[in-house]
Amino acid sequence: MAHEHKLEIFRGLLKFKSNTQKIWGVLAFLTLVTAVEVVLGIIKPESLTDNYFLGMKLLNWIFIILTLVKAYYIAWDFMHLRDEKNALRRAIVWTPIFLVIYLVFILLVEADYIYNIYKDGFVTWNF
Amino acid sequence: MDSTVTTTEGNVWGGGNRPLGASYGKLMMWFFLVSDALTFSGFLAAYGFSRFKFIETWPIADEVFTHVPFFHGTYPMIYVAFMTFILIMSSVTMVLAVDAGHKMKKNAVVWYMFATIIGGAIFVGSQAWEWATFIKGDFGAIETKGGRILQFVKADSGERAALADFAVTIPDERVEHEKRNGVWYYEEKALPTYSLNEVIAGFKANPNIVVRTEVINEAGEKTVLSREESLRKLQKDAVQVVEGANLIQNEYGSRLFADFFFFITGFHGFHVFSGVVINIIIFFNVVLGTYERRGHYEMVEKVGLYWHFVDLVWVFVFTFFYLV
Repeated sequence: MAHEHKLEIFRGLLKFKSNTQKIWGVLAFLTLVTAVEVVLGIIKPESLTDNYFLGMKLLNWIFIILTLVKAYYIAWDFMHLRDEKNALRRAIVWTPIFLVIYLVFILLVEADYIYNIYKDGFVTWNF
Repeated sequence: MDSTVTTTEGNVWGGGNRPLGASYGKLMMWFFLVSDALTFSGFLAAYGFSRFKFIETWPIADEVFTHVPFFHGTYPMIYVAFMTFILIMSSVTMVLAVDAGHKMKKNAVVWYMFATIIGGAIFVGSQAWEWATFIKGDFGAIETKGGRILQFVKADSGERAALADFAVTIPDERVEHEKRNGVWYYEEKALPTYSLNEVIAGFKANPNIVVRTEVINEAGEKTVLSREESLRKLQKDAVQVVEGANLIQNEYGSRLFADFFFFITGFHGFHVFSGVVINIIIFFNVVLGTYERRGHYEMVEKVGLYWHFVDLVWVFVFTFFYLV
């Protein structure tokens, strides 16, 4: 599929005339997202750091979601996944996503358990 | 569902069918990238594990990575953001090189590849500078019996205080043992600039200095002790002076933070370095006209996949190491 490019991003909201234009458009978008991340990281608005969702600050959720957005556009437009066949794209994307969610879930739950042991158990470690 | 359509053309058992519509080389590159992605995920998940384990005492990245080359003062995140931008930018020149390759424009490919290599080199250089700054250290700290870190702040302004700001100099006969003195196979690592006694004496003499512990309070800041508590803590628990960071000690806080920093950014930096080397090889192939004679520039596309992957990993490292 090397010579055909799908030139729409944002679900067809934005359509570019050529592949080169699309590349620059994606760059502008990625730069904007990174800038938003850095500004939020420096300002750290209290409304986002004081509120929690699933035990994590809202600000951190925003960072993670923006990261996934960036990853999506890097993979879809820079690595041409948008132009590959569905089967290849799904094999590449869902395999790591499934395994990573599984691993992260197990490790973070376990780590939280150990944290509580250190905190409430009869173990002195901060001395 | 174009991928499931069966064809009568070509022999299925002979490999004539191409259900994924991608060449062998490209598929193998994707195999490698998926497995490499899982390796990096393993590292980042392990980082998350250690961080959640010590969630109350983990160092705050904003306070660790605050330097920009050639500028004094503290600019948290600015330099890392710049590095991220450089890497994304070099990804863009790479994808432009691939695009030019499809159109068989040799000169354009050459120049875009060149720009990509320069971007990669700037990134690796920046990474080396980050490491050097991290290893050298900033303010210096005290390590306790339990391996925790005590840092110092000025009581009136709340700014960090470097050991050099308040430590006194006590004439001391303790010198660093070198190989040439005494047992030749036995040497010790460099002594810190100040001894523990000098730091404690300086602390007693300077009423404006208080201790900051690793513990993060409800406001998301490190806990600062009162003057009496600070002195008690120093006299009871302090065992040695720590300057900078390595795999064993870390003046910024938890040692695991330094270990993971070296491991994850090091592994990523190694990927960038290999990427630059591979890019240089492909660059010369393009200059020599190898792909022009071959009739297609798919090799540039395959290397491009690797290069974008390096960028992709950095996006995650940036978030989980520096932002979150």
